[in-house]
Amino acid sequence: MKVGLEWLREWVALNPDVGALAHQLTMAGFEVEGRSLAAPPFEGIVVGEILKADAHPQADKLRVCEVLGRDGEHLNIVCGAPNARAGIKVPLARIGARLPGGMAIKRAKLRGIESEGMLCSARELEMGDSHEGLLELPGELQTGADLRLALDLDEVVFEINFTPNRGDALSVLGLARELAVLGGAPLNFPPMAAVAAVSAECLPVRLEAPTACARFAGRVIRGLNPAAATPLWMRERLRRAGIRSLGPLVDVTNYVMLELGQPMHAYDLRQLQQRIDVRLARAGETLELLDGSRIELAPDMLVIADAVAPVGLAGIMGGAKSGIAADTTDVFLESAWFAPDAIAGRGRRFGVVTDASQRFERGVDPTGQVRAIERASALLVAIAGGQPGPVEVTEASSALPIRAPIAIRWRSFARLIGLDIPRERIVSILRSLGMQVEVEEDGLAVTAPSWRFDITQGADLVEEVARVYGYNEIPAIDAPIPQRPGSVPEDRIPTVRLALALVDRGYYEAINYTFVEPALQRRLFPEEAALALANPISAELAEMRVSLWPGLVKALGDNIRRQQGRVRLFEHGAKFITQDNELKEINTIAGIAWGAALAEQWGSAATATDFYDIKADVEALLAASGGTEFRFEAGALSCLHPGRSARILRGNQPCGWLGELHPELARALDLVPAPMLFELELDTVTAAPLPRARELSRFPSVRRDLAVVVEETLTFNQLRESVTVSSSSLLRELTVFDVYRGQGIETGRKSVALGLILQDKTKTLTDADVEAVMTAVRQRLQQDLKATFRD
Amino acid sequence: MDLASLVASGLAEIAAATDLVVLDQVRVRLLGKKGAITEQLKGLGALPATERPAAGARINEAKVILSDALSTRSAVLEHAAVAAELAAGAIDVTLPGRGVKMGALHPVTRTRLRIEEIFRRAGFGVAEGPEVEDDFHNFEALNIPANHPARAMHDTFYFGDGRLLRTHTSPVQVRAMLSTAPPLRLIMPGRVYRCDSDQTHTPMFHQVEGLVIDEDISFAHLKAMLRNFVSEFFEKPLEIRLRPSYFPFTEPSAEVDCQCAFCEGKGCRVCKQTGWIEVLGCGIVHPNVLRNCGLDPERWSGYAFGMGIERFSMLRYDVNDLRLYFDNDLRFLSQFERA
Repeated sequence: MKVGLEWLREWVALNPDVGALAHQLTMAGFEVEGRSLAAPPFEGIVVGEILKADAHPQADKLRVCEVLGRDGEHLNIVCGAPNARAGIKVPLARIGARLPGGMAIKRAKLRGIESEGMLCSARELEMGDSHEGLLELPGELQTGADLRLALDLDEVVFEINFTPNRGDALSVLGLARELAVLGGAPLNFPPMAAVAAVSAECLPVRLEAPTACARFAGRVIRGLNPAAATPLWMRERLRRAGIRSLGPLVDVTNYVMLELGQPMHAYDLRQLQQRIDVRLARAGETLELLDGSRIELAPDMLVIADAVAPVGLAGIMGGAKSGIAADTTDVFLESAWFAPDAIAGRGRRFGVVTDASQRFERGVDPTGQVRAIERASALLVAIAGGQPGPVEVTEASSALPIRAPIAIRWRSFARLIGLDIPRERIVSILRSLGMQVEVEEDGLAVTAPSWRFDITQGADLVEEVARVYGYNEIPAIDAPIPQRPGSVPEDRIPTVRLALALVDRGYYEAINYTFVEPALQRRLFPEEAALALANPISAELAEMRVSLWPGLVKALGDNIRRQQGRVRLFEHGAKFITQDNELKEINTIAGIAWGAALAEQWGSAATATDFYDIKADVEALLAASGGTEFRFEAGALSCLHPGRSARILRGNQPCGWLGELHPELARALDLVPAPMLFELELDTVTAAPLPRARELSRFPSVRRDLAVVVEETLTFNQLRESVTVSSSSLLRELTVFDVYRGQGIETGRKSVALGLILQDKTKTLTDADVEAVMTAVRQRLQQDLKATFRD
Repeated sequence: MDLASLVASGLAEIAAATDLVVLDQVRVRLLGKKGAITEQLKGLGALPATERPAAGARINEAKVILSDALSTRSAVLEHAAVAAELAAGAIDVTLPGRGVKMGALHPVTRTRLRIEEIFRRAGFGVAEGPEVEDDFHNFEALNIPANHPARAMHDTFYFGDGRLLRTHTSPVQVRAMLSTAPPLRLIMPGRVYRCDSDQTHTPMFHQVEGLVIDEDISFAHLKAMLRNFVSEFFEKPLEIRLRPSYFPFTEPSAEVDCQCAFCEGKGCRVCKQTGWIEVLGCGIVHPNVLRNCGLDPERWSGYAFGMGIERFSMLRYDVNDLRLYFDNDLRFLSQFERA
C-alpha cells in the first residue's frame, strides 16, 4: 500500500525525520519498501491562469493563450490541448523551467507564433497517465504560486509492505493507530458527522449466509449530479496511493477504503431488482465482473444478489451490469462485513486479487460499517449533491466475531522472549494496542480489539509485546547445548564422499531442475511413467525426472554449444519413480562423459572416452563403500547402445546402469560421438559393511599366468567364475593383464591373459600344489568354456 | 723397462685416460694377470734370495702407487660420467603434469556443506525428507489452512491429486517432530520449489531450515544462534538485525538482516548503501504447529529458521546472477575448483 505522509499526519503526529520514520515502521513489521515524492522533481512550474484562448491563425488544432503567470506577468503561449480555454488554471512551465527528467523549457516559435513557455498535462509532470489535455487545477489556487507548494508535491509517499496477518493496518486509520503506539502520540480521529436522511427510501437486505456476512449497511442516494468531478485533492490522494480516479462515486468508495480500511461498493440503483440477498452462489450461476471477465460461480462463493441474479462477488468485485455508468444518478451504497473464511482464496481461483478482497480475507473491523457509509455519504453529497435515504443496517449479531479473553501467564513472556520485561511495560504495551487487559495474580486476561483478527492466543500477545518492545532490544543469549552427540552411523558412506571421488576424477557437479522436458525424457525412457505437474512453469519443465540423465544430457548439449570440447558432469539428487501406484524418490548419483578420455595434454595421444574409462569411475564409487559383491551384467536399456551397456547389481539387487548413449539417440540429439552415462542408486550403493580385519598369511604367494583363448562372446565374468570355482580357496587375486585378438588367434576368438596369485594360510605352496591348482583350472575352462591355451 | 719408468709411464697413461673403458684397459696392462707389474713380480724368482725381499717391496710400492692412481682416476671419471648423464637427462620442469585434472563441487553443494559443518559443530543433526509432499506436511501442519492468505506467498507446483512439490523444507520439520521426541536440534537442507521464474527467482532452489525444540527455548537463543552462524559463515564478526514479520508457523516471526559482509556495515553496492542484507526468516515455533505435531506447547518451545543456500552462496562467492546456478555452464562451475 502507498500512502502520503501528510494524509497520515492528519491522524497522528509523525517523526519529522522521514528516514527515522521509515526505520520505525520497518522495525515494527511494516517494511517501507519505497519512498518517493508526490511528483518527481521539476522546477519553475507555477499555477497559470488562462485569460484568453484564441485560435492559432496557422493551425487548426493549436490555440494561442494569454496566460497570467507569476507576479502578474502575461505570457503568450501556444498550446494544442483541447481543454485549453479561458478561465481555467493550469500548470505553467515558464521559460527556464525544468520538467521531470530534466527537459528545459525554451522560448520557441510554433507555426510562426512565439510561445513563452508551456502549459502542462498530468503526464508531462508525471502526475498521472492523462494526456487528454491540460491538468485543470482548482480555481482557489493562487495564480502564480509555485505548483509544488500549491499542491504539496514534495509530500513524501511511503510504499509499505504489509504482512498477511495485519489487514487491520491496511488503511490510514490502521497505520496511524500503529504509529500512535510506536511514537507514543495520541490518535486524532477526525470528526466525521453523520449525514441526515432526506428520504425514507431503503432497499431491503437479507442475510442468507449469516456466518459469511453478519453485518450489512446499505443506503440509497438519489439525484446525484452525473457531471460532478472528483475534486483535485481527492484525486491527488488516490493517485499518491496508486489508485486511478474513475469518477466521484468510485473515487469516494476507494477513498473511504484507504482512509478507514472498510471496502465499499456503489451499485447503480437502476440495475437492482427489488432487494439485496447476501447468499451463497447456486450451482450453474455465472457473473460478469466489472473487469469484463465472466466467471462460473461455485456454491462456496458468497454473492450479492438482487431478486433475480447475482450482482457482485461479495467482498471481491462488483458485477459489470450494476456498475456505475456515466449517467448514473441513483446509487445503492454497500458497506458490509464479510468473514475472512468466506472470501479467502475465492478470487485467486480466477486470478482476481482486489484491494477489497485483500482486506476482507485478512479481516476488516466488524464495527466500522456505519462509520464508513456515513463518511462516504458525506463526501459524496459534498461532491455530487443528491438526496440520501437512511443508513439501513442488517445484522446477524450472533454471527459477528467475538473477541474472547486470552489468558496468559506472566512466565510465558520471559520464557518465549528470553527477557524479563517488566510487568507494567507488558500491560502498557498491550493497552496501547487497544487491548483490554485484566491483571491477575499469575497472569493476564487480554481481549483484543475488534480490528485485530490475528490475536487469538498467548503466542500472539508475546509477539505483540516483543514487537513493540523492539526485537533489537532483546539480548542474544547462548542456549545450553546438551552433551548428547547425535548418532554417527558407520554403515553408510555419505554421498559427499562419492561426489568428491568424482571431483577428484575430473567431474564437475551439475544441478538440474528435477522437472524436465517430457519429450526428451520420453526419448530416453519411453516405458517409464513420469509424474506430470498440473501447473508447470513451462512446457520444458513439465514432469518429474525418472532418471538424472535427461538433465545431464541437456546440460551436455548446452556445454557443447558453448564450445566445450570435453565434458564430465555429475549430479546427485532424487529421481521420481512410480511403482505399483506408489511414488518412490530414489536418491541417485549419475554422470555423463563426452570427449577425450583425458583433457588435452602433451605426451599422451588423445583417445576417445570409452566404456571402460567410465567403468573405472563407477568402480571407484563402488569401491568407496568397501563392498565387494558388485557385478556388471550385459544389459539392455533402450537409451543405451545394446552392446555397450551394463546393469550394475549388488548381490542380486540392481542398483544402476552404465553405458554408451544409443548411437541413434546421440545423432538425434546432436551429441556425437555418443557420450557415456552412468547412474547409481545411493541407498544400495552407499551401504558400507564394517571392515573386518583378516589374518595375514606368513607364507609366500605364487603367481601363474594363463593365456586363455575363448569365443569372442564369452565374458570375463564367465571366465572369472570358472577360475574362482576351480582354483579352490588358494586363489588370492585374479587379474586380467591383456586381451588380444589377431594374428595367431582364430577369427571369432580372443585371448585373455589372466594372472592368478595363489597363497595358502598354513604353508608354503610347493610346485606340485600350484600345478594341481592350475591343472584343475585349465580342465574346468576347457570343459565348461571350450577354452584353449596359448603358451 | 725399469720400475721407476714403469711407474712414471703408468701414471701418465692413467692421467691420460678419458673414460672408464680406457682406464680399465690401462688397469689390465699395468695390474692385470699379464700386466707389467705382474710380470715384474714374476721376475723376482730370477733374483738372488737376498735381493728378493727388497725388490719385492719396491714392486709392491709401485703397485700401490699405480692402483691408488687408478682408483682416484676412476672416481673422477665416474663422477664425470654421472654428471654427463644427469646433464643429458634434464627436463623442462615447467611443463604441466599429465593425467586427470580435478573437477569441482557445485557452489550450492559447497555452500550447503559449509552451512552443515557450522551447525554440526553447534550440535545440530542433519535431516532430509521427500520433495513430493502432501498438503498436510507442507501446509496444514504448519498452520497454513486452505485459503489462508499466506498460501499466496507460496506459488505451489501441484500434481492435481493432492500431492505437491514442497515449497520449503519445513515439512521435514513436521516429520521430525512427529517421529522423534524432543529435544531436537536439526537442520534440514534440500531442494524446494516455487512456481516463479525471473531474474531473481528460479522455480527450484535450495533451502536450509533449522529447528530447535527443548524446554524453555526463547527468542534470545534464536538471536544468539543466528548471529553466531552468520559470523562463522562469513568469517567476520557481523551483527544481525531482526525485523518483525509474519510466517504462519512461527510467532513471533522475524526477517533477519545481517551486516553487509562486503563493507562490514559501512554501505556499498551490494547492500544498496544500507549496510544490511536480508538473509533469512525465523521465529518461535507457533504453538499450533507444536500441537499439530503432538507436542505440548506448555512444556516444549522452540525456534525455527530458514535460509536460501543460493543467497548465502552468492554473497560468499560474489555471484551476481542466480540463474548461473542452474545453467550448468562449465565456465562457471570451473571457478569453484579450489575445494
